[in-house]
Amino acid sequence: MPLRLLKYGLSRDYPVSGDIPATPALKPAYDVVIIGGGGHGLSCAHHLAKYHGIKSVAVLEKGYLAGGNTARNTTTIRSNYITPEGIAFYKEGVELFERLSQELDFNVMFSQRGQLTLAHTEATMRSFHMRAEMGKHMGTRTEVVDQKGVEELCPLINMDYGGALEILGGLWHADGGTARHDAVAWGYAAQASRRGVEIHQRTEVQGFEVVGDRVQAVKTNRGRVACGQVLIATGGMNYDVALMAGVELPIRCYPLQAMVTQPLKPWLHTLVSSVSLHTYLVQSSRGEVVIGGGSDPYQLYSTRSTLDMKVHLAEGAVHLFPFLQGVRLLRQWAGITDMTPDYSPIMGASPLANLWLDCGWGTWGFKATPVAGKRMAQTIADGRVPDILKPFALERFETFRLLNEMGATAASH
Amino acid sequence: MKLLTCPMNGPRNIDEFQSFGPVRARPDPNATADPEWSRHLFRAENRQGVVVEWWRHVPSNYFFLAERDLVSNEIIRTFDASEPRGRA
Repeated sequence: MPLRLLKYGLSRDYPVSGDIPATPALKPAYDVVIIGGGGHGLSCAHHLAKYHGIKSVAVLEKGYLAGGNTARNTTTIRSNYITPEGIAFYKEGVELFERLSQELDFNVMFSQRGQLTLAHTEATMRSFHMRAEMGKHMGTRTEVVDQKGVEELCPLINMDYGGALEILGGLWHADGGTARHDAVAWGYAAQASRRGVEIHQRTEVQGFEVVGDRVQAVKTNRGRVACGQVLIATGGMNYDVALMAGVELPIRCYPLQAMVTQPLKPWLHTLVSSVSLHTYLVQSSRGEVVIGGGSDPYQLYSTRSTLDMKVHLAEGAVHLFPFLQGVRLLRQWAGITDMTPDYSPIMGASPLANLWLDCGWGTWGFKATPVAGKRMAQTIADGRVPDILKPFALERFETFRLLNEMGATAASH
Repeated sequence: MKLLTCPMNGPRNIDEFQSFGPVRARPDPNATADPEWSRHLFRAENRQGVVVEWWRHVPSNYFFLAERDLVSNEIIRTFDASEPRGRA
């Protein structure tokens, strides 16, 4: 056995598969410059190279690959939103996740185990009925379940907390799931770099050269890069980066905090979320219970954690599953979320002709990594916004055509 | 526990307060077109730096202003709305 292993290791038929190539020298110009080396930017780079034949692409990342909100999110994948525009978009996102491991030739450990959102009030139940009907109408698997249904889906749940905040029912979303966030980013990075995309880590954008209505070049700490098209996909830094180009986005930044417990045997077989407790739980494939997501109650550019918020998350988790009370926390962290007024993203054109936006991803961006990359690549390649993205345009705030997804976003209201 | 010094109630746990976001100039309803209304409603100060914000001490329902750094989270000063706003 050791000999066979050694032989396999040295065989030319099975060369060592390289990781992401080291950061190359910066060229003076690229057809497309993508700012932000997180999931969304890398997904866009992959789609540009694979489906649109655009290979002169540079992904500029201030820190290290996928080290921002791609590393910090809590990996919920779902499409049970409330607006038809939102559901249509996120539904395509879930479908792309269903075949993502094949697409990337990399196991992203997608687990479509379903998401159960809990209602503790009649008002929440009414909103669940509306979301379920919208979901069915749009062709997703979303239904309202009663108390018995909740117990069947999640037998270990504590249905009443001694009378306070009793669980009245739930919204069962069989399409919901989870995946390994790092694998998603690495898979896209590997595929994109194999097709010629350059990934520049430690490359910080410091300004734009704007002439007329076009971005002529991007200024970085490693020099000037002329660009045909530019995409901003920088998560928590979207407001700042867009502002450097003179574009003021309707975004306010808040930290979102999360944490994981020590690994446990598999016991939680769905994603569980409570709107009233502002808490959601998912058990990772390593057995750790991921507990999110508490938004800080005021604006801040910080990834610090606070004891108050961790206590709040722990209380929510122990309310739902009292046996978690003796379980230890393994890690805790925060990410900076770029919140929009209507809890929907801002995708598409900017006031500058060749500057494109993939911004305003707040607390809901991970699930859209494949679909946002695919549709933004299409936008950049065609030079126009496809119908599915039009409702998410920046102009919707000026025309008062908001896409209100606040009630379908568990984290922070 | 982070403390916020209320101009009326003194230093209190920040949990007792509610943030109402950065101060915004109120447009004249009779002379404002849609784009400016949109701007007023949806765009708040979000630059990395010091902002002047509205806060409310919830138990006493007292509204006041605070200067706070959006990066370090340092509360530089708090003052009653009748006082001069300085940086605002």
